[in-house]
Amino acid sequence: MAKIIVDGTEIEADESRNLLEVLLACGEDLPYFCWHPKMGSVGACRQCAVVQHRNQEDERGRIVMSCMTPITEGAIFSVQNETASGFRASVVENLMVNHPHDCPVCEEGGECHLQDMTVMTGHRDRSYRHLKMTFENQYLGPFIGHEMNRCITCYRCVRYYQDYAGGSDLAAFASRDRVYFGRAEDGVLENEFAGNLVEVCPTGVFTDKTLSEHYTRKWDLASAPAICTGCSLGCNISVSERYGELRRIHNRYHGEINGYFLCDRGRFGGQFVNSENRIPRCGQRNSDQKFEPRSTDDAVNDISTLIKDAGRIIGIGSARASLESNYALRQLVGEQNYFSGLDDIEAETANLHLRALHSNLGIASMTEVEDCDAIIILGEDVTNHAPRLALSLRQSSHNAARSLAHDAGIPLWHDAAVRGLAQDKKSPVFILTPYADRLDDVSTAAIRLSPREIADTGFALANAIAAPDDTDSENLLVAQMKTVLMSARKPLIVSGSSLKNVEIVKASLNVAVALKKINPETRLVLAGDECNTLAVATLATQHMPSPGESADLMIVVENDLQRHCSPEAFSDLLANVSHLVTIDHSDSRTVSASHYVLPAATFAESEGTCINNEGRAQRSYGAFKSKDEIAPSWLWLMRLAAACDKPSCDAIDDLLHECADAIPGLAGIVAAAPDANYRGHGLKVNRMTHRYSGRTAMRADVNVHEPQQPGDEQSALTYSMEGINQSAPSSVKAYTWAPGWNSNQSISKFQDEIGGHLSSGDPGKLLFSVDTPLEPLLPASTSGKALDLVPAHHIFSSDEMSSRSSAIRDAAPAPFAILNAETASNLDVGQGDGLKCQSGNHHITFQVAIDHNVADDCAVCLFNGDSAPLFLTTADLMRDQDWTAPDTANLIGSDRMSR
Amino acid sequence: MSDRPLTRNIDPVAGPTWIKTYEANDGYQAVRETIGQRSPADVLDMVRESNLRGRGGAGFPTGMKWSFVPMGKTDGHKYLVCNADEMEPGTFKDRIILEYDPHQLIEGMILSAYTIAADVGYIFIRDEYHVATRRLRQAIAEAEQKGYLGNDILGTGYDFHLYVHVSAGRYICGEETALLNSLEGKRATPRAKPPFPQVSGLFGRPTIVNNVETLCNITHIVGKGPDWFKSLGLGDDSGTKLFGASGKVKRPGCWELPMGTTIGEIIEDHAGGMREGLALKGFLPGGASTDFLLPEHLDLRMDYDTIMQAGSRMGTGTMIIMDDKTCPVAMVRNLEMFFARESCGFCTPCREGLPWIFRILDDIEEGRGMPEDMEVLDRQGRFIGAIGNTHCAHAPGAIEPLSSAIRYFREDFEQHIQGKRCPYAGG
Repeated sequence: MAKIIVDGTEIEADESRNLLEVLLACGEDLPYFCWHPKMGSVGACRQCAVVQHRNQEDERGRIVMSCMTPITEGAIFSVQNETASGFRASVVENLMVNHPHDCPVCEEGGECHLQDMTVMTGHRDRSYRHLKMTFENQYLGPFIGHEMNRCITCYRCVRYYQDYAGGSDLAAFASRDRVYFGRAEDGVLENEFAGNLVEVCPTGVFTDKTLSEHYTRKWDLASAPAICTGCSLGCNISVSERYGELRRIHNRYHGEINGYFLCDRGRFGGQFVNSENRIPRCGQRNSDQKFEPRSTDDAVNDISTLIKDAGRIIGIGSARASLESNYALRQLVGEQNYFSGLDDIEAETANLHLRALHSNLGIASMTEVEDCDAIIILGEDVTNHAPRLALSLRQSSHNAARSLAHDAGIPLWHDAAVRGLAQDKKSPVFILTPYADRLDDVSTAAIRLSPREIADTGFALANAIAAPDDTDSENLLVAQMKTVLMSARKPLIVSGSSLKNVEIVKASLNVAVALKKINPETRLVLAGDECNTLAVATLATQHMPSPGESADLMIVVENDLQRHCSPEAFSDLLANVSHLVTIDHSDSRTVSASHYVLPAATFAESEGTCINNEGRAQRSYGAFKSKDEIAPSWLWLMRLAAACDKPSCDAIDDLLHECADAIPGLAGIVAAAPDANYRGHGLKVNRMTHRYSGRTAMRADVNVHEPQQPGDEQSALTYSMEGINQSAPSSVKAYTWAPGWNSNQSISKFQDEIGGHLSSGDPGKLLFSVDTPLEPLLPASTSGKALDLVPAHHIFSSDEMSSRSSAIRDAAPAPFAILNAETASNLDVGQGDGLKCQSGNHHITFQVAIDHNVADDCAVCLFNGDSAPLFLTTADLMRDQDWTAPDTANLIGSDRMSR
Repeated sequence: MSDRPLTRNIDPVAGPTWIKTYEANDGYQAVRETIGQRSPADVLDMVRESNLRGRGGAGFPTGMKWSFVPMGKTDGHKYLVCNADEMEPGTFKDRIILEYDPHQLIEGMILSAYTIAADVGYIFIRDEYHVATRRLRQAIAEAEQKGYLGNDILGTGYDFHLYVHVSAGRYICGEETALLNSLEGKRATPRAKPPFPQVSGLFGRPTIVNNVETLCNITHIVGKGPDWFKSLGLGDDSGTKLFGASGKVKRPGCWELPMGTTIGEIIEDHAGGMREGLALKGFLPGGASTDFLLPEHLDLRMDYDTIMQAGSRMGTGTMIIMDDKTCPVAMVRNLEMFFARESCGFCTPCREGLPWIFRILDDIEEGRGMPEDMEVLDRQGRFIGAIGNTHCAHAPGAIEPLSSAIRYFREDFEQHIQGKRCPYAGG
């Protein structure tokens, strides 16, 4: 720490920081554009200028950029003097020379960093009278709009896209006052994290197209702190509503998980909430096999009668439903009748995952991942299965550069200098996957192996590490990986369930167990299947009813069983139950087969708890009260319990307490967020901004009298503008805003240090005590099969709900199968042919793409809702003679389809 | 001819000096006497003692610049880069050496590289110098054949490989760190310093970037000694300098003269004075990005510090002369159009400020000026004109001719605005 003087006041400052970071952390309102807490400084915009004085006598001083100024003992700065503030006003005046001043029609207006900074500098009157530059805009795909005229040339977009996210198809073109940020030609942005441009851009060049389709200003949105349901990572999102529709999803900062960035699945995958496939009301199948609407009371009565009369009841929960809904189901049907709804492989990997969490293996948060300096990825397609983690892994590959810079005395925030010094030096990253990986470009070695070979290599690696020092492995790859892991400061093992292979997960645990004994800094990260896989795996002892198991009544909560059963098992299951009741929010094959359907609320309309891949319980809140009869699944289940005179509770908080008391390991869930009784200064937390407008007008076509806002008895939040959003604890803070800071950049006002933890604590509570050491696991003996059907996850296809969102659907690929030439020739298929994958009556045809970068004897096929069951069976693969390629089938590797 | 070392082999009538003639004229003598014979530290001492200052425009002491290069064992390349991207308007001095005496540069580079223990050198040359590029490549091939370049130079065990890189052409590539980025294949954007190129330069390795003329002087300093070199200068600075003059003088050209030659001597004796009917109104002493000086400054010596004290910079030492029939507003407008066009577009003041200034000057020259324009020019000039306000020295350099023109020729600007026309037009 060093003492510096700012405007006459002495400040203690961290010498590893630059002056801008120090001043922002002190609460100073200092404007900036090009600096970003995660991307460091380059000194392009000159907006954060202050005056530095040589000594106390030097009254004049000189202009320096605070983002480029290191902290040195005794340094003297003026932030507020006329030279400094005049210079900053001039910067905005010059930035505005070519800006179109189109705020009234710009989607950024109201949360625009440029607006905020302009007001902050005090620049007002325009003296430039000449023509402005104008540019052509580009089509960048279904997610992002492009309006180059608004650009202020801060270079953040390309620095984010190229340097941070590893994209190659967005660049700065031309020079002088004609610098253009875009693609070489119109086309879909290829990077899976392109959506962050919307928040990285300080003005309205890159905007959220899915929001533009039904645009609402930030100040008119009602928002809630939610947890993304797109994968197992539990990224924090701010979900926003108006007119009873989900309008958009924005990043919600979490210091240990997503930080400042989301993946495009998370950001654009929520629109299924507004889909026509939503179930609007209760329904019962009549004798014509059509659904007839039923009133809530009738439906609850009918179903409670069924429950009371039933001999055997089966309840099947879901890994995409909240912990509360699953627990309420478990309470309703009884522990012995509750099934998690996971398939065998999901259940087995989830149990291994839980064992890892209970042991001392060092499960890494994403922030910790970014600190690791040697990485082994065992059979996990991170980018497509746990996307946000890939962005963190990309940052860890940069640690070699940071370490070089540190040794050379270059401050780590000096981004261009760090990259210039290190050039393409990367930390070691070994990727063992069956097909090309999106992280291959930062890998030391990208090895294509079949799932079985990956598991074998993993076990061999674990054995090699556990073996005495002088034992050299015969396998060169294993020896190399061992050397890299053993010499790392903080090695990381990455694995997960994307290949639906239990042995790979076991092998990765063994590597971590062996390495942990040698280096306590060893970290492990496992990508799970869905947002609540760990929760249901904790609640349930059984996962799917056994074949032939019959019941009078089956209650399914938010689960499309056909995704988790082989085609035969699915028909078998339906045939053996007399009554099927499904509580879900969206149509599915299971819903279609049900006798009764109750309409559930989605994550955007209901409260619930999720347990992410690091065992962190986090509470998610809905932004709006669902329409009509739609209600959270847990509420339906509580109503049913009450109607059957079973023990029941009225409040989700009571349910949570019961669950915490009843289930070993889940005691911490109560502490994940404040309960419904929380009040700050006597107030609840507002979902609507304090500037929310038009509350009367928006329903004036119905009635000019504004009704009372709906109440929210279940949570600490309120459907209103009155509340304490600003000072709310992070887990219930709906959106981020601070005076003068309308954009998401205001988050620095709520962090303990720039880019650090939230001052009121990062949301959520880590569960699971680390008390059961893990011994090395034994590999199962595998029967050799000539050909592996390998699931290829895709960020826009593989997740059940996000893949139903319109924009995501536009970006999703047609079903593809990637094979190397030899495998293809063995199957008698060529490039563009159809490969038929058959299991019983169920079959899918994938379009073949030949790629040398695929392991031998692997047919890598797109994993989506249609194909999911195939990966649970032994499917037959053959050429589909009758198949012709649809126009839209045009995919290379795991890239997105280009339109 | 030993008092004009830089141009002794230059004879445009006879054509370029190839290696046979060059060697016959004591060429590569310094290399033979130095590589493997003297220690790099000894050579560095000679350069330091000579008080050689960089000839690219900034006048930074070369020996001091080199002394920041880490010596001793390093695992990786070190680079010497010759800045032959002569893009300063009105400057054409390096071109003469490059075209007529390429071996002089190559010898200087071998000696310089040896001093900093660089094993790879690049000559970064502007695209328009295609004659020079061709000749340099031929000369490098000659030197390689003779064992002056490549592995194990003259059997001493010292390796130095030299390459010519032709620039895609931007003024900003003359800025040494933009040059390095361009050489790496990146956008030609200057880098923020520190780190300096001596520590993290080309491809992140220790690098020295020097101007053509600077490197050529090394040959003679090493060959004849620092004391001889110092004795060449008439004033405070050592050695000779290629001075030049363009504009409406009788004999525009480039001459090698002692450092400290007076401006009057250069304009009157060597450039032959103003053309008939024209009087000297002012001049830019060291290229387009230096402040105007006036006839009252003719007695000043062309020394870095002397010219600095007079409120300008010696820059490249090639002056642009303005006569009394040329409109200073039009001249400055042309210059600012050039500088606005050549901004790399990285930092706000330069990218947005220069085009604004150009547009105002264009309005004034075309009779559309407004009284408040002078205030905007003044404000914008101060905003972008100070080193530190901008990312590099481009905009501050660009402002020098403008701010000095307003200082010395303010009446001209005001006449344009009041009369709503250029008073020089049609005159």
